[in-house]
Formats: sequence, structure tokens, C-alpha cells
Amino acid sequence: MELEKKARALRKNVVMSIGVGNAGHLGGSFSAAEIVAALYFYKMKHDPKNPTKPDRDRFLLSKGHVAILQYSALAEAGYFDISELPRTKSIGSKLQGHPDARKVAGIEACTGSLGQGLSIGLGMALGLRLDGYDSKVYVLIGDGELAEGQIWEAAMAASAYKANKLVAIVDRNNVQAQGKTAERFPIDNIAEKWTAFGWRVLEIDGHNITEITNALDASDNSEQPTVIIANTVKGKGLDYAENHPAGYHNMPLTQEQFDQAMELFSTGGDV
Amino acid sequence: MEHVNPRVAYGETLVELGRENKNIVVLDADLGGSTMGKLFELAYPERHFEAGIAEANMTSMAAGLATTGKIPFVNSFAVFSAGRAFDQIRQTICIGGLNVKIVGSSAGLSDFGDGATHQSVEDIAIMRAIPNMTVICPADANETTAATKAIVEYNGPVYLRINRHDTENITPSPTTKPFTIGEPTLMREGSEIAVFATGITVALALKAAAQLEGQVSVRVINVSTIKPLDSNKITKLSEGCKAIVCAEEHSIIGGLGSAIAETMRANPKPMAFVGIEDTFGVSAHNYEELLEHFGITAEKIAEAILKVGISLAR
Repeated sequence: MELEKKARALRKNVVMSIGVGNAGHLGGSFSAAEIVAALYFYKMKHDPKNPTKPDRDRFLLSKGHVAILQYSALAEAGYFDISELPRTKSIGSKLQGHPDARKVAGIEACTGSLGQGLSIGLGMALGLRLDGYDSKVYVLIGDGELAEGQIWEAAMAASAYKANKLVAIVDRNNVQAQGKTAERFPIDNIAEKWTAFGWRVLEIDGHNITEITNALDASDNSEQPTVIIANTVKGKGLDYAENHPAGYHNMPLTQEQFDQAMELFSTGGDV
Repeated sequence: MEHVNPRVAYGETLVELGRENKNIVVLDADLGGSTMGKLFELAYPERHFEAGIAEANMTSMAAGLATTGKIPFVNSFAVFSAGRAFDQIRQTICIGGLNVKIVGSSAGLSDFGDGATHQSVEDIAIMRAIPNMTVICPADANETTAATKAIVEYNGPVYLRINRHDTENITPSPTTKPFTIGEPTLMREGSEIAVFATGITVALALKAAAQLEGQVSVRVINVSTIKPLDSNKITKLSEGCKAIVCAEEHSIIGGLGSAIAETMRANPKPMAFVGIEDTFGVSAHNYEELLEHFGITAEKIAEAILKVGISLAR
């Protein structure tokens, strides 16, 4: 399927962005690869040739540390050339460690201080509504990030304002920087929490393209803001990353790992 | 219309500007009655957002609104708008260079009764330290009106510091003199000591200069834009004077005095600071007694002028 190929291409682009020897957020990128592929190549109204078109849909990466995943999607979509990806985090590169809206076309806001993306997305949704656009705003949030109190301020405010064009997607990969969320800082009953805050809740397998696209489509018609809880695997696609205690959170690749991964995601190996 | 209360001047100016400029939106965190955001809410309810008592979310929401072409004014008490939402201001608004106006209302000691938790002694310091941020502290209601108009015309993040209380209008009517961001104003000629003041201390410095007439010739400069601060302009405005006094309703750490010292580091002059000495505020029954308690008075400024003058004569 086309979107599965896109997700594989994003994983390859992510590996290319990390390169050899330097740390990079492979795990958290791979857990959200299908979600981001579905947004950029199926769901969102956007135009790489006119990235500031006022009625475009917006995507915000609240878990900004996986900037390389968004860069990979933007490059794949044609916002800039894929050959720029290996320059990520080099001094002078526009591809910063966290998304910088001033430097990269297609990045909507500077994110990465965790917990703030949903509030920014809510502000966008309110501004778009004032101007009469029916654009949607998608915000990708990490599950560890749900510990940030500001998310719940935004959740409360979004339902108070009936921001029904706002969609939060929780990348529920069960692993944060220091290990499993269940062991480090348990964040349970996620669906119940969002329901209590007045959101419409959809729960899916975050690597199943059909479930992702169905959920994204279902979010079009809602009186309330929608949250999609996407159950995912951190590091999905590479055995050693999936089995790593922190899901290969900000880790380097050896030359051998790099070559193998590039090969795997280029040839369409089973992921 | 002229006002004597800076926050009323601010609120009414927003209503006036909002009539023509449909992009202006205002956010409050349950303090609209104090910040005067309520005036905008009454006039244009669809462009006013009650964010609830949640300043962090309010500030990031403003960032999002700015990306859609709106000009958000984010209102709260200065301690909260600058302190509680510091990270939101820094990360998305200032790194992104977004057109958000952060309004620090009831600033300095002007919320006299509420004590240390509600009195901002460090807001200028923390806002000034963020790259891309412009920091403005008007001297009176007239200048608050003029500054509010000016920052709507300027595309970028601004911190506007507003006093809670009636002030004597010492700057010209905003209809006669528009506000220029980054332009310090000479308020009184003098040849021996230059006093750089901001906010309510400009009026106090003018009083001190008048008290010392015949004794010391005192020049008074209103530094209503604390950032950006042009080194050449400050050097020029202190030309001929043998020493400098800085006065502010703020901690002496990181405020106007520090900013002046930084700009003059290549051509230093002896300096004295009148401000709050690295301590939190306290509750008082009225504003005047609190200002007196912390030595933010014309008398203390006069004392500082004499002291720095005498030390040089020795």
C-alpha cells in the first residue's frame, strides 16, 4: 500500500538524518512514522509550493525532539530537497534539533519545550475559525509528555471553546527518555482522562494505516475536539531499537547499523 | 481622550484600535477587570478570549493565534505574564519572532496589598534577557496610550509593563506625540548629573531635579523603551554629565540600571542605582507608603544624585 511505502521512506529519511556516530531520536520517530505519513500523504490539505496558504491544515509536532521525522516528511513531500537531511543539526543548517518555524517552510511553530504544542494548536484553530476557514489542526503529542500540566490546561480550554477542528494524536509508545512510562512515571487511563476533559476519544493501532486513516477521517465530523490515542512501539521497524530499554531514544547508529537500516528501508523489507 | 490611569488608557486604546484593526485579539486569565481587558471584551466579545486561570496555556494560545495573522495581547499581572509564562514566551514567541504582545499589568509594587507573590520586582530583567524581545515601560497614562498604538504597528514580540495607579501625565498627549520604540526622551536639561528613569520614577526624578535646583544641575531622561537600548543614544544623552543615576520601580538586578550600565560599558561613568535592593515586595495599605518603604521616592533619587556628585568632588 502507498502509505506503507511512505512510512518506510520516512524511516529511511530519518536514518539518513541521524547519520553515523551522532545521537538522534530514532525511537520516537519510528513510533510515529505511519501517523505522520498518513497526515502528510493522505489527510492534510497542504501545498509544498505554497507553504503559507492561509486555508491549509496545520501539523504541530508537540514532541519536537523527533523533528527529524517531520523534516523527513517535509522533504518527502517536496518542501525542500532530501539531500539536506544529512546536514541536520550541523552548524548553519536550517534543520535544527527541534523544529524552527523561522528556518524551515512547512514548520508551523517552534516546539520542543514539551507540553505546549496543543495550546499553540488551539490558538491556531481559534484564529482560523475567526477568519472563517475550516482548516484542521493536528498536534502530535508523546505519551510521556502527558505529564506536562499545560496539556490539560489546553484540553480544558479546547473543549470550553468547542474547538472541533483541533485533533490531538497521542503517540502511546509506553517509553520515555529514562525507560518505560509504567516504571518511571505511570500515566494510565489516558482515554478516560481525555473523555473527562470533554474530548471525543478514538483509540487505534498506530502502525495500522487503515485504522489511522479511518480515525483521521472520523475526526472531520465532531462537535468536540478529537483525540486519537495511537498505540505504538517505540523504535518500530528495527529489532534492536524496539528491544532497547528506552526505545532507542536519542541514540547514535554505527556505520554497520546505518548501512543495514538504509538497505532495509530502501528495499521495502518487512517492517 | 486623555486618562490619568495607565491601565484604563491601555484598555481604552485597545478598544479604539480594535475598531479598525480586526486582527487585534485580547486574552485574559480571569483578571480582565484589573488589566482592563474587560473593555475590549465588552466591545468585541468574539475577539476576546477568557483563558481561565491558566496563564501558560493562554500564552501558547496567543502564539498560535499570531501564526494566523492575529495580533494577540496577553494580559495578566506582571508577575504571572512574565514569570509564570516565561518558558512559553521564550520558546515559541521569541524564538519564533511571533507578533505577540505580553502585557505585565499591576507591575512593580503597584499591587501594594497583595505582597511578594503579586509584586513584580524582576519582570524587566527576565523579559529583557530573551533575544528578540522588546521591553517597554511607559512613564504615565499618555505614554501608555502612545506605546500601545506603536506596538500594534510593530511586528514582533513586545513586553509592555503597566502600572495600576493613577499617574500625573508628564509626557505629551499621545495625539501630539507618537511613541517611537527605542527612543529615550530628554525630559529636563541639566549639565552635571544625568538621571535615567523609567515608569513612575520619571516623575520622581523630575521632582528630585526641581528640589536640587541651584545646587546641582540635573538632566532627566525617560527611558520608556528598556530594550532595544541604543548605546550611542544613551552615551549622547549623558554627554557632559560627570555621573549617572538610574531609577526604577524594579530590582536593581537586571533592570534599567543594568541595561544602562551595559550600554555604557565602553565609556563608563560613575553610577548610582535607585531601585529595590534584591528583595521581594511586602504588603502595604497603600502604594505611597510601599514606595517609601523601598526608597522609590524623589527624596531618595535626590540623595543618590548628591551622593554620586559629592563622591566625585572629593
